[in-house]
Amino acid sequence: METLTKTIHGIPLNHYIMLCAIIFSIGVIGVLIRRNAIVIFMSVELMLNSVNLLLTAFSVYRGDATGQVFVFFIMALAAAEVAVGLAIIVMIYRNTNSIDINVLNRLKW
Amino acid sequence: MSTFYFIAFLSIFFSILVITARNPVHSILYLILTFFTFTIHYILMNAQFLAIVNFIVYMGAILVLFLYTLMLINLNKESEPRKSNLVKIAGFIGGACFLITIVAALKAFKMSDSVVTQNNDLGLVKNLGKILFNEFLLPFEISSVLLLSAMVGAVLLATKDPKAA
Amino acid sequence: MDKYIWLIPVLPLAGFIINGIGRNTLSKGVIGFIGSLMVMVSFAISVGLFFEVKSAGHGFDVKLFDWFAAGSVHVSFAFLVDQLSSIMLLIITGVGFLIHVYSAGYMHDDAGFGKFFAYLNLFIFFMLLLVMGSNYLVMFIGWEGVGLCSYLLIGFWYTNPDYADAAKKAFVMNRIGDLGFILGIFLLIIFFGSTAFADIFPKAANKEFAGVPFTLITILLFVGAVGKSAQLPLFTWLPDAMAGPTPVSALIHAATMVTAGVYMIARSNILFTLAPVTMHIVAVIGLTTAVIAALIALTQTDIKKVLAYSTVSQLGYMFLGLGVGAYTGAFFHVLTHAFFKALLFLGAGSVIHAVSGEQDMRNMGGLKGKLKITFITMLIGTLAISGIPPFAGFFSKDEILAHTFMHSTPMYIIGVVTAMFTAFYMFRMLYLTFYGKFRGTHEQEHHLHESPASMTIPLAVLAVLSIAAGFIGVPEVLGGHHALGQFLAPVFAKSAPLLVAPELSKATEITLMCVSVGAALIAILYAYVKYVKNSHVPVRDGEERPALIDISYHKFYIDELYDAIIRKPLDALSDFFYKVVDRMGIDGIVNGLGKGTMETSKGLRLLQTGNVGFYIFMMVIGIISILMYILTKA
Repeated sequence: METLTKTIHGIPLNHYIMLCAIIFSIGVIGVLIRRNAIVIFMSVELMLNSVNLLLTAFSVYRGDATGQVFVFFIMALAAAEVAVGLAIIVMIYRNTNSIDINVLNRLKW
Repeated sequence: MSTFYFIAFLSIFFSILVITARNPVHSILYLILTFFTFTIHYILMNAQFLAIVNFIVYMGAILVLFLYTLMLINLNKESEPRKSNLVKIAGFIGGACFLITIVAALKAFKMSDSVVTQNNDLGLVKNLGKILFNEFLLPFEISSVLLLSAMVGAVLLATKDPKAA
Repeated sequence: MDKYIWLIPVLPLAGFIINGIGRNTLSKGVIGFIGSLMVMVSFAISVGLFFEVKSAGHGFDVKLFDWFAAGSVHVSFAFLVDQLSSIMLLIITGVGFLIHVYSAGYMHDDAGFGKFFAYLNLFIFFMLLLVMGSNYLVMFIGWEGVGLCSYLLIGFWYTNPDYADAAKKAFVMNRIGDLGFILGIFLLIIFFGSTAFADIFPKAANKEFAGVPFTLITILLFVGAVGKSAQLPLFTWLPDAMAGPTPVSALIHAATMVTAGVYMIARSNILFTLAPVTMHIVAVIGLTTAVIAALIALTQTDIKKVLAYSTVSQLGYMFLGLGVGAYTGAFFHVLTHAFFKALLFLGAGSVIHAVSGEQDMRNMGGLKGKLKITFITMLIGTLAISGIPPFAGFFSKDEILAHTFMHSTPMYIIGVVTAMFTAFYMFRMLYLTFYGKFRGTHEQEHHLHESPASMTIPLAVLAVLSIAAGFIGVPEVLGGHHALGQFLAPVFAKSAPLLVAPELSKATEITLMCVSVGAALIAILYAYVKYVKNSHVPVRDGEERPALIDISYHKFYIDELYDAIIRKPLDALSDFFYKVVDRMGIDGIVNGLGKGTMETSKGLRLLQTGNVGFYIFMMVIGIISILMYILTKA
């Protein structure tokens, strides 16, 4: 373990932020360019995780465990979110026989 | 040093694959890989608890749930109608702009200190458990209510309406 | 006795409530009895109170409760019964009682009998508040209340649109005056910090407050009096008010309500005395009103219209008296006028009753034989108003004219000429109605009958009063000692030293009397020759009239004048505001806003495509914009 943790010594915090920003942006792009509701949902998970990673990085950087506790809560939240979200997707599929989000334009007035 | 950059590269690579794969099942598999790289990141930062949780909850539970749903609605074939190229380009530009904005913000703050694990015990189960059950006891309990209600909600939503059926 | 003061107004109020609630269930006899009884008991208490005031030599100020306090102004609900108001109480309850009895006969066949008595009682209540109030605000309640009752009773037969219009006219014109009155009260509050007579008058008399604009205050109060007492230029409502039942004309529009303006000025005499300019205005307006109304009365053919203009003219006399400082004389005239004008109106009502509702004198005549009591009593009333001694009108009118002579000779001459006109048109009315041959239809002639006792007895009582009332104010030159003047002296005590008038020699005074009596006799003789000897009858409508008579017959076209200079421009202005400002301007803005919102929403609605992908894209752009904004700011 000691050697493992040594490997990240000297990596600037900036690079963590950069990595997370890139992955977050990939999530955003995924949401924008896909029409499959489940894939969009996965992109959202991607974004959530990039934030989690960043929070952990900050936590370690500052030597404060609160950040990691926060990540824990986010994970609990994500679990709940995924359960409900997937249930909704199942319902949509039952009603429209599709999970294409463009079919949902009936929501308009 | 190079371990981090290698893993980071893998993370980015797999996440791009997640959003570009045509088959949703492939997407999920790539997502599992992405999350696995994240677990490695956590281990590198000695956040052992989060690494385990990420491994079990995300890779184990949530993504299995995704897969399960996909199978449930029988969408493993390539059925998704593609968006027009214009929308794709617009989406890509939007995301790129987002990235650029964040990076610009980063430059503005000029933070280039390196991450040093000051306290090796920080991310251990023992340490986090103490904090969780002292300072964050109330949110912890409330999150249990949240999970319960989510469970009830999911069951309620996914059940077929007895009247409609 | 002063413990029972509150009973005086409360009893008619109780009558109003009982009759108002039971108007459809109680029998007519019961309603008439309750209505009259309440006023009679009030009258009895008033008589007791009058003697108490007389023996005590001072008034009673009875505070019932604190009404309200706003800042430093404390207003209590209090009654003041002094020499002035005790006499007013006697007039209101006494004449009011007689008219109630009379109404029981006159209105017997009317469907609205109960309603009528309820309104009459309510009127008496408000009139009593008006004269008993010991501050301007209580007075103002009564002031507004009698206006309301006047409106209700003029429009009593509201199914006739003309009558309803007359009621509205009276109400609106009164409103103009009331505005002046209430502004005057506000000014009094500003400068004296109180509305109570007991606070204001001594302070005013001692000139404790420098710079109080007495002229402005009194002019505003006078505007109120002008509206209520039908003086120029607000007098046109009173002739139209004859649309109401005749007892109403007698009670409200002759004896009591229209004299409220005179009462108010007599009450505020010290304020007016301190404002000589206003006094002059009051005198001039009073005199002008007297002349113009008399001129109009000369040619009217409706028996009640003649009496209405005569009332306006006599009120003009009262204001003339007030204006020249003859407060006692003016109030004396209020008293005598209340008797003989109520008598004349009730007599006219009796005539109208006899000829089945006919009011046009051209369709009457020769009623002398059939309506003996009515004729005799009306003759007495006519002699009284014409100023023939020893009837009541002579003394009061003479006192006013004597003061006018001291004030200014031209005004005196106009006053005497007006008295001449008065004698002429009153006897013209009498001759046209009672002498000659009957000119109505056969059917009416067949129906001719004397009125029931409930109507003739009040006539007789009022006739006696019209003869006797003058003797309470016999001037010293005729061997009297002016009992009324002495009785009222404390009320006008503060003004008296400020009104130094040159003394008249006995010879002059007697000459003046002879002149006015002679003038009246000449006018009566002329009327006799014209209408009895030559049996002249005013021409029917549509026939040619001499130009001057035509102008008088059409009331100097004053209504038409008001129509042209006030109503038409107002209509045009309203039309302009309605069509341009309201419909195009305000409606345009409101509708434009609505339409603009609709159109914008219609456009913006298209953004709500329901396309979730588009929403997300917009959201991302939004987040980017926010971040960029924060960045550029930092």
